[in-house]
Amino acid sequence: MNAKVPYEAVKAPLRPARKKSTWWVIRGDLPRRTSVILATIGLCTPFVIWWLYTAAGLANPLFMPGPGQVVERIWSWWNGDGLLTDIGISTYRVMAAFLISAVIALPLGLYIGTFRPVQSTLEPLIDFIRYMPAVAFIPLVMLWVGIAESSKILIIFIGTFFQMVLMVAEDVRRVPMAQIEAAQTMGANRAELIRLVILPSARPAILDTLRITVGWAWTYLVVAELVAANSGLGYAILRAQRYMHTDKIFAGILLIGLIGLLTDQAFRWAGRRAFHWQKR
Amino acid sequence: MDNSCISIRHVDKQFETRSQIIQALSDINLEIRPNEFITFVGASGCGKSTLLRILAGLETHSDGEILLHDQPIDGPGVDRAMVFQHYSLYPWMTVMQNIKFCRQLKVISDTVYSQSDVEAASGRADALLNLMGLKAFTESYPSQLSGGMQQRVAIARALMPRPDILLMDEPFGALDAQTREVMHDLIRHVHQLEKSTILFVTHDVEEAIYLGSRIVLMAPRPGRIDSIYEVPLPDRRHQDMKLEPEFIELKREILARIRETSGVQTDLDQLSRLTQGAQAGQGRVG
Repeated sequence: MNAKVPYEAVKAPLRPARKKSTWWVIRGDLPRRTSVILATIGLCTPFVIWWLYTAAGLANPLFMPGPGQVVERIWSWWNGDGLLTDIGISTYRVMAAFLISAVIALPLGLYIGTFRPVQSTLEPLIDFIRYMPAVAFIPLVMLWVGIAESSKILIIFIGTFFQMVLMVAEDVRRVPMAQIEAAQTMGANRAELIRLVILPSARPAILDTLRITVGWAWTYLVVAELVAANSGLGYAILRAQRYMHTDKIFAGILLIGLIGLLTDQAFRWAGRRAFHWQKR
Repeated sequence: MDNSCISIRHVDKQFETRSQIIQALSDINLEIRPNEFITFVGASGCGKSTLLRILAGLETHSDGEILLHDQPIDGPGVDRAMVFQHYSLYPWMTVMQNIKFCRQLKVISDTVYSQSDVEAASGRADALLNLMGLKAFTESYPSQLSGGMQQRVAIARALMPRPDILLMDEPFGALDAQTREVMHDLIRHVHQLEKSTILFVTHDVEEAIYLGSRIVLMAPRPGRIDSIYEVPLPDRRHQDMKLEPEFIELKREILARIRETSGVQTDLDQLSRLTQGAQAGQGRVG
């Protein structure tokens, strides 16, 4: 018996659908234009509030300068006070510490994430060290390394390295076992598995780890420049406190934030370029 | 016994967990002839995937012996290729690069001597792309392909080094029913064309009958071979055969046996009593 029902018979009369807002849909989509507008509002609102608050004369300018005052300070810092040198030296310290820590953390993380004996030996130790506050190492670093450039780099290094190793190890561990086993059944040896499968597969995650840890390196900058520095953005902030130059404190904090944001975007851009095969 | 391609004799496998020892495989014996298409079915936990992974060399057995052309297996080898359920493709490589992946490996590049060998390999990659219907996707990345297309690439990649044995661990488990039917005919075609031995693990009995020349039914706790069925279908198969009485009869028999061995039962009377109870309860509240 054939139970085919004519399609025309089941067609219901059309009722206009109510247009629903997609605004509060859980994990919903947002047009790119809207999300750019929202990001701009999110970034600008605190500045507007700050500006209104100070312009209304509600704040003592000694404790809270207005945006205009801060911009002026950045201008004079740039012109006569060596802002470029400060940015240069700070960037150098952060990058040197970051690069040294990456050079050690990448192979070490790869080994921890690939070989269980290495993981068992090192992971608990690194977990232990990473909970020690980097700031508390300052007196020791000063005693052992002195107050040369290397001491500042070392403190930023202590702050980033141990976190980085563990994150890289986790990135490597996340490579799907099926990818590794597929290569094994095609006859790949251990070195080939690492070089041709594990490393390329973990690359996007590792770049993301580097992006996050470079941000942490910047946050340790001010702490590191506590150590008898005489230049740098962090040092400038600390010295400005001594002379009650609140506008310079504001300027320094904002500049560090800006450099961090730019670095972050640069990493994201590099990731999108290099790993275009990823599903987004 | 001389014409066996794989001999599995008295194979045992134990897993040790913190609290107990689990007998994953118990006294497995099987002789597999060259160019056979064997499918493994059974309730979950029967050890069918474990057996396949041991044959692939990805895991070791605890006892007994496995001979491959009279040689004991020692780890994975180029002679046995494996196709996984998913996530095994390299997402940073194009379809073509994925298929040619094995050319980068030392075991394979060492056996290539002349320019003509390299050209032959290139030709084989092209032939496999054609066979799998992937010609238009040569330069695509896996993330741009559907699940069915991705599995085609995985199969082509496994076939690239001309393995004697193709091991497939629920390769179509994640595909929809229509795609799966297409893949069934494709893999039958590959089997006829490449003359390779195929061992295929599945939980889908219909798939097992349609593809296999022999079906090995395994049972859990401990994982063991329960029974072996010869499939009464000719080598050339087509989808309509699934509706023929002998096919349905065999399917009924195997399903019943899996149910018996699984130790899990659905008691319909019990269920209907529960439903009646629930309805009665609803009536009182309403």
